[in-house]
Amino acid sequence: MAKKKFVVGSFDNEDVLFPAVKKVRTAGYKIHDVYTPFPVHGLDHAIGIRETSLHTAGFIYGITGTATALGCMGWIFTTDWPVNIGGKPHFALPAFIPITFELTVLFSAVGMVITFCYLCQMMPFVKKHHFSLRATDDLFVMVIECTAKTNVDDLKAFLTNNGAIDVNVQEAEPGWWFGRYDKDQQLIRDTYVQPV
Amino acid sequence: MSLKYESQLREPLVDGDKNYHQVTVDICTPIEVKPSKLWYVGFYISVALLLFGVYSVYREVVYGTGQWNLNKTVGWGWDITNFVWWVGIGHAGTLISAILLLFRQGWRTGVNRAAEAMTIFAVMCAGQFPIFHMGRVWMGFFVMPYPNTRGPVWPNFDSPLMWDVFAISTYFTVSLLFWYSGLLPDFATVRDRAKTKLRKLLYGIASFGWTGSTKHWQRHESLSLVLAGLATPLVLSVHTIVSFDFATSVIPGWHTTIFPPYFVAGAIFSGFAMTQSLLIVVRKVLHLEDYITIGHIEAMNKVIVLTGSIVGCAYLTELFMAFYSQNKYEAYAFFYSRGNLFSPYGWSYWGMMACNVLSPQVFWFRKLRRNVTLTFFMSIIVNTGMWFERFVIIVTSIYRDYLPSSWTVYYSPSIWEVGFYLGTFGLFFTCFFLFAKYFPVIATAEIKAILKTSGENYKDRMTPIEKEEPAEFVHQFAH
Repeated sequence: MAKKKFVVGSFDNEDVLFPAVKKVRTAGYKIHDVYTPFPVHGLDHAIGIRETSLHTAGFIYGITGTATALGCMGWIFTTDWPVNIGGKPHFALPAFIPITFELTVLFSAVGMVITFCYLCQMMPFVKKHHFSLRATDDLFVMVIECTAKTNVDDLKAFLTNNGAIDVNVQEAEPGWWFGRYDKDQQLIRDTYVQPV
Repeated sequence: MSLKYESQLREPLVDGDKNYHQVTVDICTPIEVKPSKLWYVGFYISVALLLFGVYSVYREVVYGTGQWNLNKTVGWGWDITNFVWWVGIGHAGTLISAILLLFRQGWRTGVNRAAEAMTIFAVMCAGQFPIFHMGRVWMGFFVMPYPNTRGPVWPNFDSPLMWDVFAISTYFTVSLLFWYSGLLPDFATVRDRAKTKLRKLLYGIASFGWTGSTKHWQRHESLSLVLAGLATPLVLSVHTIVSFDFATSVIPGWHTTIFPPYFVAGAIFSGFAMTQSLLIVVRKVLHLEDYITIGHIEAMNKVIVLTGSIVGCAYLTELFMAFYSQNKYEAYAFFYSRGNLFSPYGWSYWGMMACNVLSPQVFWFRKLRRNVTLTFFMSIIVNTGMWFERFVIIVTSIYRDYLPSSWTVYYSPSIWEVGFYLGTFGLFFTCFFLFAKYFPVIATAEIKAILKTSGENYKDRMTPIEKEEPAEFVHQFAH
């Protein structure tokens, strides 16, 4: 992946951020991302990203768990090991309910968390470029990707006028790589700056 | 004007003049400074208890469950009592984080992190008891259902003890995932503030490379909500299944359909009491009174008085049914083994009644609910009472059941069984001390999210209209 050029505007108030996001989008700039210290409700719609389908994945994992539990217990007690337990039927559905429920929840929860980590590229030793260290503290950091047509100075002024308390330009790798946070590590692959 | 409106009538959830940075500083500071002398004292005492527990368990593994004074009649003694007790305590965390999330209870944000940690540690402690109660613990893997060369011999899926294996392990896993996914953004906060290399490295690993991207937050919210939705029935199912261990048997005093709701209410009751004991200390020592306010303590006391009364109702129902069923074994269990103060274990039943039913009634009074010292004292009483309850249910039912020839004289635990119990306290508090030192004890991101609607300084600024012109306010906000 190649490094790209970004204009980074930091805001200290979400009430200022929202109108700014709207204006930046109307002006035709491409918002790479907005980094916030907590989930700001409505921001996902404001910057135009679609609803997540993570819960659908959770449902699919859940029914997989249900099917696994019922299938396994049914097969074991009717076919593989049909032992008589106190005269109960081999396929004793009421007695299978607790384990079926537990496995539904287990599959769904574990599956969703793994999917979440996969989608967000999150794992121990994964490192990403942080546009501002205060994005996990108290700043709302709007990152705008520069294209060939972007006039950086205009954009910086535009952000300042819309309430950004700090504006700067960064060249950064937008993807992720393996690294440690106590070291400044270069990417394994040699990267170059895209000509703007 | 902020995004969301909250009435002035509601107490602020965050006291003091805070902004986002102040919240970060308040919660991250205990991680970044050296712990106090008291912390070391507490930590070493916990480790000592843990080591004693390890030795007690070693005795049991080598010599068998006879080391615990268990016999043919009383096969479940302190060990299963302690198992049910710890699992019960483990219920408050997920209740606070999941059920209160679904019910949109804002006050959960101040206490959920610590309560979930408590849940995880309590379930870890609980798990030790059934595992070592197996006696031949090296055969413990027999509970795992997998195709094997022993036949294959499968575990009995119709047995509540097998359901327990699935319930407890699922509960532990899901609570851990829920807790850890919530911790990711807060670990990132600590990482980005870190000054030392080691802290950068460790919190860098622990935070999985969290950036705070909007898309990630969107998925994180979805994940939390669905996990809460899954954890809610899970909490209820776990103690229900634990109660099935008793309810599906034919022992007098156990064979009742009232057990599932009665156990779940008892679990929440004891869990909230343990949360109170821990948080009252934590807020004082880590100076977090602004985040875990008197309002939080009062809210939890309300849950305690509610669930305590439900439990009391269940006790009375049991007594009535023992009379109404006209079953002489049931009546013997309730009116002699338990109800008669001068029977061998009568003390435990009346201890339970005093601690669980009578004493929590003080919390009907607002003044007493908001009294921190009394709350701390009561939380200890309630947990003692809940321990008595499990002891009453288990021991008084089985020491004299049907056949007088198989009755036992008097069961009392050996030092090694008490040692095992103390050892789990050691495990619990060792984990909790480490948690209090190295983890963000309060969900930082969640507090920031409610700060502008529920923070003291923001609330006052937000709607002066509500205070000054109530008629105008009603007109504006009425639909």
